[in-house]
Amino acid sequence: MKRVVGVWSGLGRVAGGVLALAVSAAGAWAQEATEAAPAIDAGNTAWILVSAALVLLMTPGLALFYGGMVRGKNVLNMLMQSFVAMAIVSVLWAVAGYSLAFAKANPFIGSFEWVGLSGVTDAPDDFYATTIPHNLFMVFQMMFAIITPALISGAVAERMKFSAYVVFIAIWSLIVYAPMAHMVWGEGGYLATLGALDFAGGTVVHILSGISALVLAIVLGKRKLSAHEDTRPHNLPMTLIGTGLLWVGWFGFNAGSAVAADGLSANAFVSTHLAAASAAFAWMAIEWVAYKKPTALGFATGAVAGLVAITPAAGFVGPLPAIIMGFGVSFLSFFAIKLKAKLGYDDTLDVFGVHCVGGIFGALATGLFAQSRINPGLLAPEGGPEINGLFFGGGIELLGKQAVGVLIAVVFGAVMTFLIASVLKLVMGGIRASDEEEGVGLDLTLHGEEAYNSPSSVVEAAHRGGMSHGAAPIGAAAVSATPVAEAP
Amino acid sequence: MVKVEAIVRPQRIDEVKAALDDIGVTGMTVTEVRGTGAQKGYTQQYRGAEYTVNLLQKVKVEIVVSDADTDRVVKAIIGAARTGEIGDGKIFLTPVLDAIRIRTEERGEDAL
Repeated sequence: MKRVVGVWSGLGRVAGGVLALAVSAAGAWAQEATEAAPAIDAGNTAWILVSAALVLLMTPGLALFYGGMVRGKNVLNMLMQSFVAMAIVSVLWAVAGYSLAFAKANPFIGSFEWVGLSGVTDAPDDFYATTIPHNLFMVFQMMFAIITPALISGAVAERMKFSAYVVFIAIWSLIVYAPMAHMVWGEGGYLATLGALDFAGGTVVHILSGISALVLAIVLGKRKLSAHEDTRPHNLPMTLIGTGLLWVGWFGFNAGSAVAADGLSANAFVSTHLAAASAAFAWMAIEWVAYKKPTALGFATGAVAGLVAITPAAGFVGPLPAIIMGFGVSFLSFFAIKLKAKLGYDDTLDVFGVHCVGGIFGALATGLFAQSRINPGLLAPEGGPEINGLFFGGGIELLGKQAVGVLIAVVFGAVMTFLIASVLKLVMGGIRASDEEEGVGLDLTLHGEEAYNSPSSVVEAAHRGGMSHGAAPIGAAAVSATPVAEAP
Repeated sequence: MVKVEAIVRPQRIDEVKAALDDIGVTGMTVTEVRGTGAQKGYTQQYRGAEYTVNLLQKVKVEIVVSDADTDRVVKAIIGAARTGEIGDGKIFLTPVLDAIRIRTEERGEDAL
């Protein structure tokens, strides 16, 4: 985002200049007014309102993307793991999360100044939201905070206790996501000051959730699968619908991260789309060669990997580097996913392979392809030298800073997730569903519902004496729903 | 009476049904089934994870006919279901003890 210190102030100057020009045409008297207080820009505000809604739409999109890949007995649980983040993280963000992420304090975590959103009004903020209402910036950021912990759910699918998941993402969003967001985007944040670039959350959202997903999957342990158990995705059309929603929502995520409706947001829009397109094609092509068939799941996976990779780079790179990054990430993530079988961890839906590996690739590629021509914020920020990636004459410096960002996100995410998960294991009597719950399916045993009423469940209902309301122990009945012996 | 139990390819079921209609067979029970036989299976790749599918989708048609009609019915099914490739399915014939129409309690061939 242009919230990178230096980048930010640079852009502020550019925007101010444009504004002053426009106003001077209207009359000299208005020029004084512009200099007095930052004004809300209707165009910028409209675009960020839309962007915030688009980013929220990504979470139901993620729910469908993941939901289609699990087995039918766990699909409601999988969907709920995304949807519940919309409920929990939203409230926590207003209560404390936003303040811990963005209120100015020290380089590592925000202060309590904006707790309960006190002071976060419809007036602009002179650091984060110079031309839009501060509360709009807050709610735009809230949507990022919602989807990030939800991304983790794919790694722990089909076996985690729902209560433990809820508590985990609540704590994680406050003490892992918020500090990381502060370091990268916060005023005076450590990585922001260092000059590590993360336009829309490659580090904060994808590396952090991807590494946390891996660690949580390892702490949780593998699914209890029999040797020949069929774990194929139960509904790939659902996964493709989710992919479509993610792809569209990502325009809000990346182009909205310009926090303006301007050339920079248009550049981010273009690079986002091109990276997704080339990555989707590349993944499909790799599978076509390797397995002789271009799979729908491969296409969907590639599209998401491309979107992940371009996230940190969207507002810093041009269209051709975006296409190259899309190709690159699909090759990398395709092979990263194979690590799972070799190393033996059960990252059910490959969150590590797609989001962490893809995020790291995107962060480092930003250090290769960033161009001051794309982002005027990179032109001599704070009087320093112009910033460019390694391939555009900027030397190794930016790449080094990007690597520091990657390292901090990986170590911080891994350590914190391990600590939270270990503590929850102790205080919550374990964080896994029981073997029986896992075997029968989490929908029925944890939520008391079934996604699909198959003919066989009609037969089961008949055995139970029809549908009853309230008293019947539905879960218990289903657990023992072995075929009932015929009466002689 | 004979029960004709035909396991056929899913993509041939419409033809089988039409062929049976043509020779005047009015009643049948059709079920989607899975099974394995000489056709073996095929492999699928999901993000590189390989699944071998041995239980293939077939459709089972069950018809109970009089002894005299049996050959005509079997011929009709074969004519409609055969592609000549492995996986065309099988037909099993079994004797049927009795048949009862629930509405009228007619028995035997009258109930067919």
